[in-house]
Amino acid sequence: MPDSRREFLTDATKFLLTTGAAAAALDVMNGVASADTARYDAFEHWWGMTIDVDKCVGCGNCVRACAKENDVPEGHFRTWVERYEVKADRLHPEVESPKGGIDGFPPSTAVDIRTFYVPKLCNHCSDSPCVQVCPVGATFDGPDGVVLVDQSYCIGCRYCVQACPYGCRYIDPRKHTVDKCNLCYHRISKGLTTACCEACPTGARKLADLKNPDDPVHAFLRENAVQVLKPHMATGAKVYYRDLDGSVR
Amino acid sequence: MWKDRLRDSGHLVRLLLLVAVAVSLFLVVRAAVIPDSFGQYGHYRPGALADNQKHPLIHAGQAECTLCHEDEVKARNAGKHSGVACEACHGPLAAHAADPDAHKPVLPAVTPLCTNCHEKDAAKPKWFPQVASKQHSEGMDCNSCHQPHQPKL
Repeated sequence: MPDSRREFLTDATKFLLTTGAAAAALDVMNGVASADTARYDAFEHWWGMTIDVDKCVGCGNCVRACAKENDVPEGHFRTWVERYEVKADRLHPEVESPKGGIDGFPPSTAVDIRTFYVPKLCNHCSDSPCVQVCPVGATFDGPDGVVLVDQSYCIGCRYCVQACPYGCRYIDPRKHTVDKCNLCYHRISKGLTTACCEACPTGARKLADLKNPDDPVHAFLRENAVQVLKPHMATGAKVYYRDLDGSVR
Repeated sequence: MWKDRLRDSGHLVRLLLLVAVAVSLFLVVRAAVIPDSFGQYGHYRPGALADNQKHPLIHAGQAECTLCHEDEVKARNAGKHSGVACEACHGPLAAHAADPDAHKPVLPAVTPLCTNCHEKDAAKPKWFPQVASKQHSEGMDCNSCHQPHQPKL
């Protein structure tokens, strides 16, 4: 027991300083934090996205921006846009997505039917089927809710490609490992929005931080009828669609 | 007496030794290849978080454009395109933001850029301004009447 207040305060300060320094040193040693990424605390965020279907004009800006930002190989997509046509004489809607919508869509002249665009991307599920099946711990849910791939661990076994109910994963033909939308992790960890949200001209898609009480996502979820894709699969998807048609799968 | 009983057990001892060597070899290799931090946050290598942050920026982001092009941003914000980020039309320009002299952006071809969003299409939301460009302008470029930064006539 310290026998004076001064000694107690000195000891307490020493304790706090040394443990703080040790914790920081441990983080650096573990590769959790380095000098330039130390400002980003993954535990302070819980990322998702909101998509307002009634604002998507099918321009393909998001697909192009994503491909350029993330060097996505041709013919593969981390985000893409689908055009739905719900016809009276068909059981299922007709869905088209020429080259993922990267060059936009030929104008539709359909009359008197429901037709609309739906942008898609990784849903960054909080109970991801892809994470559950990965045999080597290469795919994981980060502390901030982003589903990421450890490229140095992936063995390219394709279990996760099959497991994803949304078809969001592909094998990169150059690396022979899996890749997918990482919610522009290199951007959001620097305080920027994703490339697709940056390029979206109508604000149809917006990056959302569900842990930030000031994020407009809370009003968006409160004030609108919002749905996720395939809710029956209980994946805990965090891409929230407003005005989503019941025919969308 | 007991030595007689264990007389034939030599091959078992050798087998046990072999198993012990194999197990210790496995443990040594495992300790060498799996980082100590594995499993700190979950069943993955925490260093992968930093790896995912390493990718270079290609889009600079609206805030970066505004630093230099304040006048253009002001003009745009006064019109209907206020919500459209610079790089939505001008393309990714992080290289230009990092070194404005070395990387000069090229102006996008204006008419395909406009029709990309504003061509009439039944699948687009009804509220969104759209025209059948062939009838609307008869081949004239959009910017002969409309200013892209402030599109209203």
